[in-house]
Amino acid sequence: MSDFRISRRGVLAGAAMLLASTAMPSFVFAQEPKKGGRLVVAADSEPRNLNPAIVASNGVFFVSSKVVEPLAEASFEGEDGLSPRLATSWEGSEDGKSVTFKLREGVTWHDGKPFTSADVAFSALQVWKPLQNLGRVVFKDLEAVETPDEHTAVFRFAKPTPFQLIKNALPALTAVLPKHVYDGSDIAANPANNAPVGTGPFTFAEHKAGEYYRLARNEAYWGENQPLLDEIIYRVLPDRAAAAGALEAEEVDLAAFSAVPLADLDRISKVPGIEVVTKGYEALTYQLIVEINHRRKELADLKVRQAIAHAIDKEFVVKTIFLGHAETATGPVPKNDKQFYTADVPGYAFDVAKANALLDEAGYPKGADGNRFALKLLPAPYFNETKQFGAYLRQALAEVGITAELVNNDSAAHQKAVYTDHAFDLAVAPPVFRGDPAISTTILVQSGAPDGVPFSNQGGYKNADIDALIAKAAETLDAEARTKLYYEFQQKVAEDLPLINVADWGFITVARDTVKNVSNNPRWAVSNWADTWVEK
Amino acid sequence: MNRALRLIRRRLLGAVPVLLIVVVGSFLLLEAAPGDAVDAYAVSFGGDAGMIAALREAWGLDGTPFARLTAYLWSLLHLDLGQSVAFSRPVLDVVLERLPNTLLLMGAATALSFALGSALGIVAGSRPGSFRDRFLSIGSLALYAVPGFWLGLVLVVIFTVQLRWLPLSGMETIASGKSGFGRALDIARHLVLPVASLGFLYLALYLRMMRAGMAEVWRMDFVLAGRARGLSRRRIVLRHVARNALLPLVTMLGLQSAGMLGGSVVIESLFAIPGLGRLAQEAVGARDTPLLIGIILVSAVLVIAVNLLVDIAYAALDPRVGAGEAQA
Repeated sequence: MSDFRISRRGVLAGAAMLLASTAMPSFVFAQEPKKGGRLVVAADSEPRNLNPAIVASNGVFFVSSKVVEPLAEASFEGEDGLSPRLATSWEGSEDGKSVTFKLREGVTWHDGKPFTSADVAFSALQVWKPLQNLGRVVFKDLEAVETPDEHTAVFRFAKPTPFQLIKNALPALTAVLPKHVYDGSDIAANPANNAPVGTGPFTFAEHKAGEYYRLARNEAYWGENQPLLDEIIYRVLPDRAAAAGALEAEEVDLAAFSAVPLADLDRISKVPGIEVVTKGYEALTYQLIVEINHRRKELADLKVRQAIAHAIDKEFVVKTIFLGHAETATGPVPKNDKQFYTADVPGYAFDVAKANALLDEAGYPKGADGNRFALKLLPAPYFNETKQFGAYLRQALAEVGITAELVNNDSAAHQKAVYTDHAFDLAVAPPVFRGDPAISTTILVQSGAPDGVPFSNQGGYKNADIDALIAKAAETLDAEARTKLYYEFQQKVAEDLPLINVADWGFITVARDTVKNVSNNPRWAVSNWADTWVEK
Repeated sequence: MNRALRLIRRRLLGAVPVLLIVVVGSFLLLEAAPGDAVDAYAVSFGGDAGMIAALREAWGLDGTPFARLTAYLWSLLHLDLGQSVAFSRPVLDVVLERLPNTLLLMGAATALSFALGSALGIVAGSRPGSFRDRFLSIGSLALYAVPGFWLGLVLVVIFTVQLRWLPLSGMETIASGKSGFGRALDIARHLVLPVASLGFLYLALYLRMMRAGMAEVWRMDFVLAGRARGLSRRRIVLRHVARNALLPLVTMLGLQSAGMLGGSVVIESLFAIPGLGRLAQEAVGARDTPLLIGIILVSAVLVIAVNLLVDIAYAALDPRVGAGEAQA
């Protein structure tokens, strides 16, 4: 593809651009945001359920976060890394058994009904706690939500629940649904799950399956002078090469979540009028991990797990697979998390000789053919990078005499093989770190996960120390003490290797330079875009 | 016409076991694929054990495969294609929504490759062994050897990214509010590139078949007789040689359109056209058995219909065809 682009026309145009850019020093004007206009965004899939209160995942948030709002959003500047949305303030009690939210006044739902504390109570008790994939963990002890007035909601917990965790969970777990739309219906089957009604800056206008979603400006939005855009169109572009072409042809203004393949970034960053932005995913860190089936005799041996960790060249993975757009990982918390990360953990430098020595020590000498034993390796099919890492891991293991049989499945088959049938020895997974280890990270190593739950400990790993640490952190109210416990958690995980953390990555946004206020918060792609505007 | 009617009756009766085999076969294939619709959904929604069991029950996936197959066949007998699991809508609605797009895309591509291919085949076959014959034969083969997505991407880079003449993707301009002729023109503009990338691929088939058929016919005695009668070369080429070489092309057209009806996953994905091919791919990914079988059934019915049309055309073109069948 890149060869093809070197045409005489292209070269001439490029040369002209270069001349122009030296002739006219570019002045940076402080631009006044302009109202109006349409933003066309590339989307690579159409989620089956668009209700962010039930399915808290980035694929759903990408569209629905503009329609349905959480109590608070992540922020670069705000206190505790939060900026208020439907809640204006939050206060935890001393005993950790209640949290009081003051709610925004003068907010209406898209159908005109007023937003009140009853909606928050309904969402928390009827949706987040019983139905939501993440809320089932975080809100498991939520007992009642009191609504002393229309704009106050008091969450009551049966057991002390850390306020720190609740705050960290606000952006992703607290999308508020309209009680009057859902009450008394089968919530999971409500038609509004596919045409959401919310309080957000945009209303859900239409969805043409296979073609596009259209969101329209909410004229009654509570934010002053917001939103700026008239409408947002999500064009369904299943082919990733086509997404890059669509940006160049100015048919699409923005592609988030690395919809433009990493390999194309270098080329497309040189196209005039197109910007490559790596900011805006700080609170959406994906982790590349090796899941280990501890039921397998060899893998139950710590020395073998250590050998595998030493056999992986993390720097190489970051440089070659992620083309530099990732960080090497040291443990279950990514380096970019300022709250919880500690570098003080046992490390596993890339060292083939040491890996071989460890395997010898463990009692698995190389056979006549140079092999020690064979493993079944299942890379998750969800990202190019997980598949590529699977291929790399196979080679890396061959270096230390472990034969890995690569099994490539599609999503449904992978889900069944790894998380239900446990028919794997090693698997590659991309779990998400969501700002607090208790939201979706500790379940990766905690024992007792029921079969069939994806992104949970399905490797049969059981470590009483780690379980005790997780339980203790879940009821430790003091933020500092709780953070310390998670330092210890990281150390224990890095030491005992229930899984191997290889790298952490965020995504890339590619946008036309006419789109303004891109990536101005750490969850930008899944935030409400009320202040996004386009220059005409 | 009696002959044609009998042909139709026989073919329709023959279609019933074909459709049954298609349904049972695709059901078993999907059954053999690891993971079901709930597994596919669990990837995105997380889910705990209780919820997964509840979903299996709600989506009718908890019975044995045999029980589910009989239940499906029973509803099929009532002309009910069932509910799509992935779309939570009746299968027939979902399929019929996509069908026109695929028919338009594939119809146009088939028409292009057939018309252009046979026309160029006549040009090539009118003087077998000449320079233009060699040039066309090799050129079309080269096009046939090129992968469809690559040809599509190249066309996109030239006509959309560089020249900006044509829109890149979709069936029509999004929410344009156009109607009538303006809308038809808009759709036509959107279809140029996908139709070209598909049509050019199959051009070679028709071209080479036409050419080979004509080379054969040139040696026939009646061509010599025509020459002896002093007919013009043009008349011999068009009326006598080309017409007689056309029959195998009609057979090819039937086979080809059958293959094309399933849609082209690659071209539909590349150009973001919501057609049956992409829908089938999504149905497999989501393990949406009712939807996939619905798509296959609708395509099978269409294939049977097209083949019937081809047979009728055949009978019209060549009086020998179908005579034996009609007497049986």
